[in-house]
Amino acid sequence: MSMKILTVDDSRTMRDMLRLALTGAGFEVVQAVDGKDGLDVLEREDPQLVITDINMPKMDGFGFIEGARRIDRFRVVPILVLTTESDPEKKQRARSAGATGWIVKPFDPVKLVDVIRRVAA
Amino acid sequence: MAENESKANAAREYITFRIGAQYYCIDIMSVREIRGWTPATALPRAPAFVRGVINLRGVVLPIIDLADRLGFEPTEPTQRHVIIVAQTGKNIVGLLVDAVSDIINMPADKVQATPDVGSEAARAFVLGVMAIEDRMISLIALESVMPTLAREAA
Amino acid sequence: MDPMQAIKDTFFQECEEQLGELETGLQAMEDGTADDETVNAVFRAVHSIKGGAGAFKLDRLVKFAHVFETTLDRIRNGQLQPAVPVMKSMLRAADVLADLVTFSRDGGALDDSRSNEVIAELSAHCEAKPAAQEEPAEEPDGNPFAALGWEPVAVSLEPVLNQYEIVFKPKPELYAKGNETTRLMRELARLGSLTVHCETADVPLLANLEPEQSYLSWRATLLSEQDLAAVQAVFEFVDGDCHLDIEAVESAAETAPEPETKAAIEEPKAVAEELRAAAPALREAAKAEAAGTANAAQNTIRVDLDRVDRLINLVGELVINQAMLTQRVLEAGAVKNASIATGLDDLEHLTREIQESVMAIRAQPVRPLFQRMARIVREVADATGKNVRLKTEGEGAEVDRTVIERLADPLTHMIRNAVDHGLERPEARTAAGKPAQGEVRLSAAHKSGRVVIEIADDGRGIDRPRVKSIAIKKGLIAPDAQLTDTEIDNLLFLPGFSTAETVSAISGRGVGMDVVKRSIQALGGRISITSRPGLGSTFSMSLPLTLAVLDGMVVKVADQTLVVPLNSILETMKPKGGEVYGLGPDSQVIGIRGGFTPLIDVGYELGFRSHRSDPMTGVTLLIETEGGVRSALMVDAIQDQRQVVIKSLEANYGHVEGIAAATILGDGRIALILDTDAIVNASCGRGTPSEMLLAG
Repeated sequence: MSMKILTVDDSRTMRDMLRLALTGAGFEVVQAVDGKDGLDVLEREDPQLVITDINMPKMDGFGFIEGARRIDRFRVVPILVLTTESDPEKKQRARSAGATGWIVKPFDPVKLVDVIRRVAA
Repeated sequence: MAENESKANAAREYITFRIGAQYYCIDIMSVREIRGWTPATALPRAPAFVRGVINLRGVVLPIIDLADRLGFEPTEPTQRHVIIVAQTGKNIVGLLVDAVSDIINMPADKVQATPDVGSEAARAFVLGVMAIEDRMISLIALESVMPTLAREAA
Repeated sequence: MDPMQAIKDTFFQECEEQLGELETGLQAMEDGTADDETVNAVFRAVHSIKGGAGAFKLDRLVKFAHVFETTLDRIRNGQLQPAVPVMKSMLRAADVLADLVTFSRDGGALDDSRSNEVIAELSAHCEAKPAAQEEPAEEPDGNPFAALGWEPVAVSLEPVLNQYEIVFKPKPELYAKGNETTRLMRELARLGSLTVHCETADVPLLANLEPEQSYLSWRATLLSEQDLAAVQAVFEFVDGDCHLDIEAVESAAETAPEPETKAAIEEPKAVAEELRAAAPALREAAKAEAAGTANAAQNTIRVDLDRVDRLINLVGELVINQAMLTQRVLEAGAVKNASIATGLDDLEHLTREIQESVMAIRAQPVRPLFQRMARIVREVADATGKNVRLKTEGEGAEVDRTVIERLADPLTHMIRNAVDHGLERPEARTAAGKPAQGEVRLSAAHKSGRVVIEIADDGRGIDRPRVKSIAIKKGLIAPDAQLTDTEIDNLLFLPGFSTAETVSAISGRGVGMDVVKRSIQALGGRISITSRPGLGSTFSMSLPLTLAVLDGMVVKVADQTLVVPLNSILETMKPKGGEVYGLGPDSQVIGIRGGFTPLIDVGYELGFRSHRSDPMTGVTLLIETEGGVRSALMVDAIQDQRQVVIKSLEANYGHVEGIAAATILGDGRIALILDTDAIVNASCGRGTPSEMLLAG
């Protein structure tokens, strides 16, 4: 059974790109459009890994990660942060919110899959 | 090369019909359907050969009186007259003719160039001629009878 | 389509939306009506564009967006105050960004100096060097791996094995972030051959075990061709969440991979599994499904426009079929049966409702169109040295997508005119006792099944004496013509009329108000002008909400059935004897309430009959054309008033003078829809347009 990955991003372009790269690598993809929506989809779809953007309306990536970590069964699910910033402060904030790792945009599909393999069994 | 030739010589099907005593045909590939005559809505300032427009399942279809277009007497349409719905490119047109007679099969190399005749209409609207038994059948140049182009010429 | 191309298309669509958000947000910031979320939204818009642009290697777009974003971030953090000069630069930056998007999509080259100028401005506000130089890592053209935060690892042809001794003790935080020791070890194993030993000495007895604590540590020996950085990279995500010690041992032993590697990795995993088993709370939680709480993730779907249009066409057919069915039933006399009559009524209502709902799919708010106008105002204001504020109202009003698309050019032209010709320079305004800043108001509102769009300025108003003298000079009106104010204002719409004595670079372009008027008319709309000297001018456009249906009056003319658009009809009447007068050899007028209005025989004008019919036998429709010109159309009889589905005559035939389009009536036959303006023009064709105007 293929791994189910949730992508949380307000940009359609990014969602489409992630879907293309991830389904191409054999993953199942579910999507959410912001942090709030992300929490809903998370509960409904039970993904085994999450990739989330940081800058989003309604609820940003930090809020989403914190929210996800408060749900017991998602306490240890790998969450990767997708961000254009190479800014160490942002990464640090994402990590203190509970992010497992990060992917810097623009991403190379091969490397994206590599990072996923690094954090997921 | 050989393949091209065989393609060029591949037989095509034509629908033949009669206008007065003469026989004409068009490539069956451009024929969408054949239907009976229904009265058309007249168009203002249209050339005489444009009988008007009819409703073909929601499409506004211009009707060309082919006899008139080819320089014969205008048709007096009756229930027995038929409309050949033909398409070239994006344009659809209805051709009013007396009757459809036959479907013929003709290799491309049997279509001869239109003989040099005085009739302007024949030169403009006939793509070529072919012989079947004792008849001569003229192949209609569909693009030239189309009203859009005709209107520009008018 | 190539999936990447499809995503690229999505990206550009999304860019348009983001640019709209940006424009709205910046306007709000400028007006002082912005809150924190506005600034965030503005930031996100630029950020999103940058993100997508990076993926498609649109370097210049990325570079510019980055500088823009950096400045916005300063504002967001309160490090930079959005004062007037800053906002000016922001708006300028939004324009450059929009251009860069356009050029990235359609090709072409943007003037570098413009974007560089704005970059310099933004950077000056931030008191920083151009950010593009600060962060070379984000340049997409560089090392592709850099974007992911890794450096490629040099591989020497003769493999040299390095030996690393790794001591690794996770903290609880490591697990809390979803990282796992097993995965890290597996990653290490991928780099070479790995021997792992798990220290379990610290694990307490089960009774004392804290499920959230971390008790295990690992010692590993790695033999790898990779350098130290590659080994460290494995622990990138857990930096700080563990005690880590990686030591590169000199001169690696050329030993074969240890056979127990696999087992050694499996061992700690087994321990970890046990640990999990010891934390029942964790397990239980995982099983306790909070199902059914989720709501729909997205409440919009994207549909191909072709599909919508196909649906609209089909519904159009349905409407026609319903009308045909009703007519047949009436003809058959079956309508005496009450239940059939009710059924037909219900069907008609339902059909109408379906049609309206389907039409609504194509409807879009005018907001994006209005947003674009903000930029036009800014550009023209900059170029003319005027101080202008654009006020928009009713941006939420929805109109058919095609109407919106085809409105862009005329609207742009009118907005340019309003700023360039309508408004005075600041000094002149101050001298006239008005505020130095001029105002252009753009509004949309639904009014009786149509949308009314108004462009109003508070400028000097139309200089009527000048307009009149120009019209006389150009021979458009007679030197002694007596014109009302409205008639003078309407001269602006005459072909060949241009008020600017020197064609200005902004409003010039060889496009006059006559072209604007024609575009509006082509949409089934009408335009009018009102002006008050010294107070300003208002252009008002009334447009149909959809181009697919039309309310019309079904009339008979010389055995032909025609449809006259209802919006042009003022009233209908039956001429009485003594009201119709001949005027010259070839014209007739009808006396209405003391005035004389040209009488046009529709059948004669369209060539349906060769002689004029007797006005006493017909009915006249008093119509008003776009310029406010009144005429009386003479038809044989009025049959019905109904909504008709518009069918193109052009698709298979071509344009017919005097005819706007075709439609299909209840009997299945085609009826032509009259183009009233064209009929009026044709009947006056022998005269000049100004004569036509004066005739009203």
